[in-house]
Amino acid sequence: MKLRRVLIANRGEIALRIIRTCERLGIETVLAVSAADRDSVPARRADRIVCIGPAPSHASYLNVTAVIDAARQVGAEAIHPGYGFLSENAALASACAASGIVFIGPTVAQLAAVGDKLTARRHALDAGLPLVPGGAAASLEEARTLAESIGFPVLIKAVAGGGGRGMQRVESRAELESAIDRSIAEARAAFGDGRVYLERYVAAGRHVEVQVLGDGERVIHLGTRDCSIQRRYQKLIEEAPAPLLAAAMREAIESAAVAFAAHLAYRGLGTVEMLLDCERDCFYFLEMNARIQVEHPVTEAICGLDLVAEQIAVAEGRRLNITQDDVRFDGHAIECRINAEDWSRDFQPSPGRVDVAAFAVGAGIRVDTHVEAGVEIPPFYDSLMAKIIVHGATRAAALGRLKHALRYSTLHGVATTLPLHRAIIDDPTFAAGGMHTGYLEKFLAAHVPRPASAAASGGRS
Amino acid sequence: MQLDDEDVRAILQLLDASTFDELQIETDRFNLILRRGDGAWTRESRTLETPRESSGAAYGPGAHAPGAHAPGAERAAPIAAPAAAPVAAPGGPGAESARLEAVRTPLPGTFYRSPKPGAAPFVDVGTRVERDTVVAIVETMKLMNAVYAGCAGRVAEICATDATLVEQQAVLMRIDPEVP
Repeated sequence: MKLRRVLIANRGEIALRIIRTCERLGIETVLAVSAADRDSVPARRADRIVCIGPAPSHASYLNVTAVIDAARQVGAEAIHPGYGFLSENAALASACAASGIVFIGPTVAQLAAVGDKLTARRHALDAGLPLVPGGAAASLEEARTLAESIGFPVLIKAVAGGGGRGMQRVESRAELESAIDRSIAEARAAFGDGRVYLERYVAAGRHVEVQVLGDGERVIHLGTRDCSIQRRYQKLIEEAPAPLLAAAMREAIESAAVAFAAHLAYRGLGTVEMLLDCERDCFYFLEMNARIQVEHPVTEAICGLDLVAEQIAVAEGRRLNITQDDVRFDGHAIECRINAEDWSRDFQPSPGRVDVAAFAVGAGIRVDTHVEAGVEIPPFYDSLMAKIIVHGATRAAALGRLKHALRYSTLHGVATTLPLHRAIIDDPTFAAGGMHTGYLEKFLAAHVPRPASAAASGGRS
Repeated sequence: MQLDDEDVRAILQLLDASTFDELQIETDRFNLILRRGDGAWTRESRTLETPRESSGAAYGPGAHAPGAHAPGAERAAPIAAPAAAPVAAPGGPGAESARLEAVRTPLPGTFYRSPKPGAAPFVDVGTRVERDTVVAIVETMKLMNAVYAGCAGRVAEICATDATLVEQQAVLMRIDPEVP
C-alpha cells in the first residue's frame, strides 16, 4: 500500500525533517499543530495544518483522541509520531489500529515490550543479551538485599521512566531508604506508575547505541552511535560510528542489538541502547527506543540512507530492500544539539524571540532546524532549536568541519548552547574521543563561565 | 518544493567561482540570503508561505487572524494564551501596591499555584511567608522552576491565574512585607 497522505503529530525540527522526506516521496503532509505552533516554520512548509488543541502539550501533542480525530478529519492514511510526545505510546498505536490508520512505528505488542523497562530486561535476557546487574525493588527490604548483592553505588530507575526522570544515584546503604521513597514519588508523579528498579552504577561507562531496522521478519543494523556526552541524562553531542571501539567489541554490540530486535520480530526503526563498562571491558543492554531518534542524522551521514523513508517503506508493508551486506559505512559524523538554554546559568531555559539565525553552509555540513529570524521559541516545549551535523572521511576531518560550522553559525535573541559546543570541541579530551558519560559534568565544573551579573535579566544574550 | 541543503550547496558552487559576496533570492515561498565573510559562507532563510489550515478541526481556528501572516508583515507572536485565561501583565507600581513587594516569574512559562493537580496551593492570600518560602512553580520547557517569596511577610494578592501562561517578568503575587 502506497501512502498518499500522512498526519505528522509532532513539532519543531523533526516535523520539518519528516515533511522533507514526504515531499520527496510525493506524500501529502498534514501537520497537527497546537495553537502555539499555527504559524511555525513546519506549519508553513506542510501541505496543510490541523489544530489539535491549546499550547500545553497535555492538551494537544499528548492528546491521543485529538490526534486520532484530526487524522480522521483530514483523511490521513497514516500517522508519523516523530520522537517524544506520543511516539512510543501504545494507546495511540492501538487507536490507530482501531481506526484503520497506519501507525508509522512498531506494533502495539512491541511498544509494550520495550516501554516497560522490566519487561524489556526480561526480553533481553531471553535474547541472550548481557544485563546490568540489578532488578525490581518492590519494597525497601528487597532494595536493600539487592543493593548489597550488586554493591554500591547503585542507580534507582523508574520502570515506566525515560529521559532521566525518576533516576537517582545512591552512594550508600544509609541513603537508600529516602532515595527509594523519593524515586517512587517522582515516578508516580511523572509517569503515573511508582514501580522502580535498581541497577549497578557503572562509574566509567560509555553510552553506545545501535540503529536497527526491521520489517517484521528480517532485522539489520545501521551501525553504532556514541552518545556519552550527556547532561542530566540528556544527550548533547552524538557521533557515528562510536569511536575507539575494538572491532570485536563493536561486532558483539551490533550482533546483540540485532538479536534483541529479531527476538521481538521488530518492525520499523529502533535503537538498542547499550552501556559500555570501560573498567570491566564489557557491555550491558540498557533499553530500546522504538522510534526515530533525535540523533538519527549521524547514522544517515555514515550509511547514506534516509531513515524516515525507511520507516515509511516498512509502514507501507514493504520488505527491507537492503541486506546487511548492502550497508556500507563511510567516514565519521558528529551532531551538536543547539538548545535554547543558558549553560552559564545551569542550563536555564531561554524561551523568546530569535532575532538572528544564520548557519554555516558547505561540504559535509547539514543543519536540521525549524528556527529562522523572527521565530518565537515557546516556553511550552523542549528547548531544541537546531542540530548541526557534520560528516568527514575521518573523525578528525569531521571535527574540523564542526569547528567551522559552529564558528560561523549565529543565533541571537535567546541564550543557546552554541558557545558551550564551541568550548567542548576545543577540549583535547573531546578531540581524543571515547569520553565517558561523566565527561560533561567534569568539563562544566572546570569551564562554566562565572555569571557576569546576578541580575534577573532573563538570561538573554 | 522547498530548498534543501543540497540545493544550497549547488548554488554555493556557482557562487564560489564568482566574485560575489552576497546572494539574496526571494520568491513567494522563501527568502534566502547567502553571505561570504572571512572565507566562509553562511545562510539565513525565511519561510514566507502562509499556513493552510483545515477547517472543522478538533480545535477551531480561534485566535488565528487571517492576513496577519502575509509576507513582509510583522509576524504575530505564536504564543497564544487560551482566550479564557488572560496573560498576566507586568505590573507597574500602583498607589496601593507601592508598599507591597512584587513576586515576579523568573522565566516565562506556565504558572502553577500547587505542587501537583488537586493538591493544596503553596500559599493563599494571608499566608505568612519567609524569604525562601516556595510560593509557586513556573514550568518552562519541561522544567519546573520554584518561585520564592523573596521577602518575609504575608501574601496580599495573587495576580496570575493558575495553569496559565505568564510572560517574562510578570507579577505573580504581591507580598505585604514585614516591618523589621
